Amino acid sequence: MTTTAPRGTAPAAPAPTAGTRERPDDPFVIAGEELPSRLILGTGGMRSLDELRGALVASGTSMATVAVRRVGPGGPGGLLALLDELGIRVLPNTAGCGTAAEALLTARLAREAFGTSWVKVEVIADDDTLLPDAIELIDAATALVDEGFTVLAYTNDDPILASRLEQAGCAAVMPLGAPIGTGLGIRNPHNIELITSRISVPVILDAGIGTASDACLAMELGCAGVLAASAVTRAQHPALMARALADAVSGGRAAARAGRIPRRHLAEASSPDAGRVTPLDPPPGGGTVR
Amino acid sequence: MSPASVNGQPAEGLDGITIAELVARQGLPGRGIAVARNGEVVPRSSWSTVTVESGDTIDIVTAVAGG
Repeated sequence: MTTTAPRGTAPAAPAPTAGTRERPDDPFVIAGEELPSRLILGTGGMRSLDELRGALVASGTSMATVAVRRVGPGGPGGLLALLDELGIRVLPNTAGCGTAAEALLTARLAREAFGTSWVKVEVIADDDTLLPDAIELIDAATALVDEGFTVLAYTNDDPILASRLEQAGCAAVMPLGAPIGTGLGIRNPHNIELITSRISVPVILDAGIGTASDACLAMELGCAGVLAASAVTRAQHPALMARALADAVSGGRAAARAGRIPRRHLAEASSPDAGRVTPLDPPPGGGTVR
Repeated sequence: MSPASVNGQPAEGLDGITIAELVARQGLPGRGIAVARNGEVVPRSSWSTVTVESGDTIDIVTAVAGG
C-alpha cells in the first residue's frame, strides 16, 4: 500500500471543483423581503397551542397564516403571542370570504389588527369544494393591490388565472394542488409546471399537500415555496410531519436546481459496454457452464 | 331604534360610548384586535373619538388558527 500523505498527517480533503461544489440557493424573496424558510405553515386545525408550537419549531418556518374572526368570550387567545415569541411572521388570510367585498373588509381589519399589509387573499366559491371563485378573486386582488396591500393570492391551478393575478400586481400566486384539506397531492402537475414557468413572482403551492412527497414534487415543479396546514395539523404527529415537509421542500428545491435527467422510454446503461468479460463458448452437447 | 350589536349580540347601554371604552369594557387588549363599525374599519387612531350609536353593528376581530 502506498500513500502520498506523510505519516501522522491526515490526508488533505480533495479541493472542491466547479463540478462538485454545491451552489448556494437563491434567497426566497416576496415583495422585496427575504424569508429564511420556503415552507409556510397554516395554523388551522391544530389541536392545541402546545402542539402548534412543536410543529412551528420543527418546521423551521418563518411565516404562518392566521384567520380573522370575531373575538370569542375568552378573549384573543395566545396565537399571536406564540408567533411573536417564536419570531414568526403573521400572514393573515381571508379564509371564509365568498365575495370580494368580504375579502376587502377582512384584509383591512387584519392590517389594522396585526400591523401588516401582507394578506393571503382567498375568495371561496362554495363550502363543498372550497375552490377559489376566479372572478371575485381577481376583483379582490386588484382592489387590495390598489390599496397598498402585498397580496398573496390563493388560486386555482390555472396558468391563465395565475398570469392575470400577476398582472394585477400580486406579490405571489398560490395555486392549489388539490382542494383544501383533501391531502390529495398535486392533481395537475403539468399545470403547476406551466404556472411556475410563466410567472415571475414567487409561486407557492398551497392546499392539497398530504405528505412529504407532495411538497417535494411541488418544489421539483419549480415552486418557490409550499404552504401546508392540514397536512401538519391533522397528522398523527404534527411536529414530525412538519419536519418531514421541511426536509421535502429542501430536497425538492435542490433537485429542481440540480436539473433532472430527461425521461426516456428505453433503458440506457450507466456502466460502460467496453471491457465486459464473457464466458467461454458452451461445451459441445449444450451442457450448462457453471 | 334597536340597540347596537357587538359581534352579533345585541348590547344595551352602549349608546354614546367610544370604541376605546367599548374595547376596555370587553376586557380586550389593545393589540391584536381590530374594530369595524357598520362594515367599515375604525382605525385605532379614531377609537377615542368614534362613538357607538343605536342600531350600530360593531365587530371586534382577532387572529384565530386558520389555514
